[in-house]
Amino acid sequence: MIDVIVIGAGPAGLAGAISCAENGLKVTVIDEFVRPGGRLLGQLHQEPSGEWWNGIKESEHLHNEAQKQSIDIRCGVSVYNLEKDEDAWNVHTNIGTLTAPYVLVATGAAEFPIPVPGWTLPGVMSVGAAQVMTNVHRVEVGKKGIIIGANILAFAILNELQLAGINVERIVLPEKSPLSKNAGEPEVVMKSLLNAAHLAPSPILRFGSSFMKNEGFRKLGMKFFPKSGVKVNGTPLQLRKAALEILGKDQVEGVLTADIDVNGNVIKGTEKVYEADFVCIAGGLYPLAELTAVAGCPFKYVPELGGHVPHHSEKMETPLEGLFVAGNITGIESGKIAMAQGTTAGISIAKHAGKGSTDINEKLEQAMKNVHTVRQNAAIQFNPEVANGRRKIYELWDVFYGKEQDTLQEIG
Amino acid sequence: MNRIIDHPVLGKLDDRKKIPFTFEGKEYEALENETIAAALLANDVRTLRVHEESGTPRGFYCNIGHCMECRVNVNGQANVRACLTVVKENMVVEKGKQHPNIVKRMVENR
Repeated sequence: MIDVIVIGAGPAGLAGAISCAENGLKVTVIDEFVRPGGRLLGQLHQEPSGEWWNGIKESEHLHNEAQKQSIDIRCGVSVYNLEKDEDAWNVHTNIGTLTAPYVLVATGAAEFPIPVPGWTLPGVMSVGAAQVMTNVHRVEVGKKGIIIGANILAFAILNELQLAGINVERIVLPEKSPLSKNAGEPEVVMKSLLNAAHLAPSPILRFGSSFMKNEGFRKLGMKFFPKSGVKVNGTPLQLRKAALEILGKDQVEGVLTADIDVNGNVIKGTEKVYEADFVCIAGGLYPLAELTAVAGCPFKYVPELGGHVPHHSEKMETPLEGLFVAGNITGIESGKIAMAQGTTAGISIAKHAGKGSTDINEKLEQAMKNVHTVRQNAAIQFNPEVANGRRKIYELWDVFYGKEQDTLQEIG
Repeated sequence: MNRIIDHPVLGKLDDRKKIPFTFEGKEYEALENETIAAALLANDVRTLRVHEESGTPRGFYCNIGHCMECRVNVNGQANVRACLTVVKENMVVEKGKQHPNIVKRMVENR
């Protein structure tokens, strides 16, 4: 008999599983990937303190902790349905149906694709795919690459590719279109980069160029942004250039670009082809929440959190009894916050299950506080407004479910 | 492509057992616990399938199981994600193939 099924062996899922087990629950963790760690595996950056955040080591650490708690971790398991049958949840997977009264959905995030013409050619990949190939599998994605899309994730991974000796020739924007939206508008991109610049993980990533730091230049905005771009750790960031098409017959051979005005409109006659054997598309992350939708969770669109998120409380409960969430499914933030949320979810589940010691309420309060502390000290912030987004969803919870919960507690 | 043997922070790539497998009838070597997508890329193979309808080439896109672009045939089983499947000894891997679409071909050949 399993007490808790955790879907996703990333930072949130593993931390959640560990805290469930510490409080006396029997836990099974399932994950599609070949090894535990989730998106944490690929992460590698220097903290402001100078120390390296090595996702592989962090994953191994969590995995070891989980093993010490006798948590059953199964990799290569895909979930295709999640439904409740009277008082237990059925998790339908490729190895059969697993059943438990509690489920923690920690499926993390997925990347927004930006369909640039030619993007189906072999050699075109999401920027996260290049990260996994480089840091996890240790296989070179190519000899000469171009990143399409300029955001925090793109810069973090650019840095990782450079560390591994992978040559990224330039970063350009996608052509403005109904699909690329703001990602194709230089002024909007510049603004969001400046907002996030001080939150970038390592000193060299803080867009160190004088151009970005100079207040005067900032005010002048995109009009005077150099055509050749500004260098980000040696790679030109060309905010006034857009990728019109990825070229190649059987695989990527180059990218057709053109200069764009401050609003992202193509300037005719400026087309230029750059050779490349790989292209990374960086569209940013969104919460991967389909399973909670299948389970019947209501959703709220919160742009600060990266998209549609299932209704949930700060205690990581969803409106569905026995169903909990943690990590990027609740909003795009760093792995450290995912872990802190996972711990909160685990304690919360233990409390619902009537497990844990007498100080379980205190522990839960502490875990929730810790999420805030970790957020305040976070090196990577994907959205500067994330705290506002969090507040929105918790306020929504109070309005919709707060009273009901209080009544239940009083009865209980 | 080459494997990233030396990494300034992650260190040296472990010596791992070599696992023989075939792709489209040709013999290749993966490293132990390597996915099909990684092993093929390390052997300079980017095209994992052709589009069922158009026949145009496809490789991996997301590399973590979300996008379904890398589906290959493994030991006769179709639509297996190359990015999530570890190479096993003597595994027979084939490209996802173009489907006949007889009606379309008839129209084209008119």
